[in-house]
Amino acid sequence: MTDLTSLTIADARYKLRAKEFSAVELAEAFVGNVAEGDALNAWCEKTPDLAREQAQAADARLAAGDAPSLCGIPLGIKDLFCTNGIRSQAGSNILEDFRPPYESTVTANLWADGAVMLGKLSMDEFAMGSSNETACYGPVVNPWRREGDETKLTPGGSSGGSSAALAANMAMATTGTDTGGSIRQPAAFTGTVGLKPTWGRVSRWGIVAFASSLDQAGPFTRTVRDAAIMLQSMASVDEKDSTSADIPVPDYEAALTGDVKGKRIGIPKEYTVDGMSAEITKFWEEGAEHLRAQGAEIVEISLPHTKYALPAYYIVSPAECSSNLARYDGVRYGKRARLSQGDGITELYEKTRAEGFGDEVKRRIMIGTYVLSAGYYDAYYTRAQKVRRLINRDFEQAFEKVDAILTPTTPSPAFGLGEKSDPLEMYLQDIFTVTVNMAGLPGISVPAGLSSDGLPLGLQLIGKAFGEEDLLNTAYALESALDFTAKPEKWW
Amino acid sequence: MSVDADTVRKVAKLARIAVEDHEVEPFAKELSGILDWVEQLQEVDVTGIEPMTSAVPMRLKRREDVVTDGNRREDILTNAPDAREGFFAVPKVVE
Repeated sequence: MTDLTSLTIADARYKLRAKEFSAVELAEAFVGNVAEGDALNAWCEKTPDLAREQAQAADARLAAGDAPSLCGIPLGIKDLFCTNGIRSQAGSNILEDFRPPYESTVTANLWADGAVMLGKLSMDEFAMGSSNETACYGPVVNPWRREGDETKLTPGGSSGGSSAALAANMAMATTGTDTGGSIRQPAAFTGTVGLKPTWGRVSRWGIVAFASSLDQAGPFTRTVRDAAIMLQSMASVDEKDSTSADIPVPDYEAALTGDVKGKRIGIPKEYTVDGMSAEITKFWEEGAEHLRAQGAEIVEISLPHTKYALPAYYIVSPAECSSNLARYDGVRYGKRARLSQGDGITELYEKTRAEGFGDEVKRRIMIGTYVLSAGYYDAYYTRAQKVRRLINRDFEQAFEKVDAILTPTTPSPAFGLGEKSDPLEMYLQDIFTVTVNMAGLPGISVPAGLSSDGLPLGLQLIGKAFGEEDLLNTAYALESALDFTAKPEKWW
Repeated sequence: MSVDADTVRKVAKLARIAVEDHEVEPFAKELSGILDWVEQLQEVDVTGIEPMTSAVPMRLKRREDVVTDGNRREDILTNAPDAREGFFAVPKVVE
């Protein structure tokens, strides 16, 4: 029998319906891989019993002929999603043993469609990081290694557990969230597909908030088709999230025709930066050539404010984070510091937050507090919001001329754990992805090929707001041409 | 350096994060590094530009002002580090 754990959702859907194997057998195969994968440190909570229970229910639905696409599909869920009664800590000690008495809208949608939960996946603390090294559970290890080299590499971040678990066949798809690149960068580092939908397409209800005007949930999958299947279930119009868009969810899979004839693809000249690997430049050119060969027109475009996106992001996102994370007060949920005789409510707050938050989260809360404080608000925060408008305008003008934009996802492949110790150096990871969050647009990373030392690199396609159908179709055409099939060699 | 030790203490106080003496200098250095780097935004001409306050243009939805959830005291208190007799318990805040 073929290895069940390397199947795509689309294949497994067909084989489950054809009774080639049961949902319980499929779940068992994944539970086995999860149990053997501890060297990667991807899971922070495993739920094998729940997986078996849900798989039995899925088999009953399959037998009754009532099986949505995700029925019986085993998934991993990022720790940022609240799951009823199951530990949801957002990678932070301040949410120590937090068990929400409710379910996020996204995961509720997935379970309603028959998906099976294998457990929760590690992530950078409160999704603040690009290497998964700020997780309170310790770093996740990338299943990919450089050829002939055993150095432990990052799976990217913040959704590092999600990318690693999928690449290591420990889940058939996983959920992630993306505030500045936290789905697309880890996808590029692990040879997987990562989709960040338009802001407002997927409900944020029940997802621990980092920067509300930038956060958006999306899937990690093996293929673009699987991304369409996952988005179909994750996306919804949700009364519980007043910013979820009142736009009906279309049939994303039906949009995958592979026909890109006459489509105009923009190549932004500002996305060539110093220190970019020659290999990613080569893949970028090849990607454009592939689309041209399929009848698309390649157009050079300019997004002049690109270089200001990252600094503006590092004002807007810490400002929102300092406000969102004010709720961790040691009173209502999570950790409370041990108090000394005579300590009052202020000491309770200050000690709890000092013990509960890691250094990167503290830095961002303090930056946010600083830029929002009296005397600095206009100079920093208001100016950053104006620059954000200009970045958005760049995209609006570009999309008058093109249907999608093609860029690299990251300037270079996965780096070693502990290699980047300077916060600023880490922030530069998001240089090609953060613009998309600032403008609220959908973006997808598709595996492009391997670097000379055997590591995956990704290409990013950026689409129009709520244009996921067209974006997925262009990504589908690109994926077919790139034909990336490499897998990490199992060493764990 | 744009952020000195006093500023770190002040910001940490506003953010309700206790900072030990030996942490002040490293934070000052790191926060200065970040704020010096974002200074490049000063070179952008933002004359007449409206601040962008929403990622996607939308009107905030309205709904009927009715109760849709509630009577879940046990759920709400279930994760509290200290809950007593149906309340969150904290150190004394009034004399």
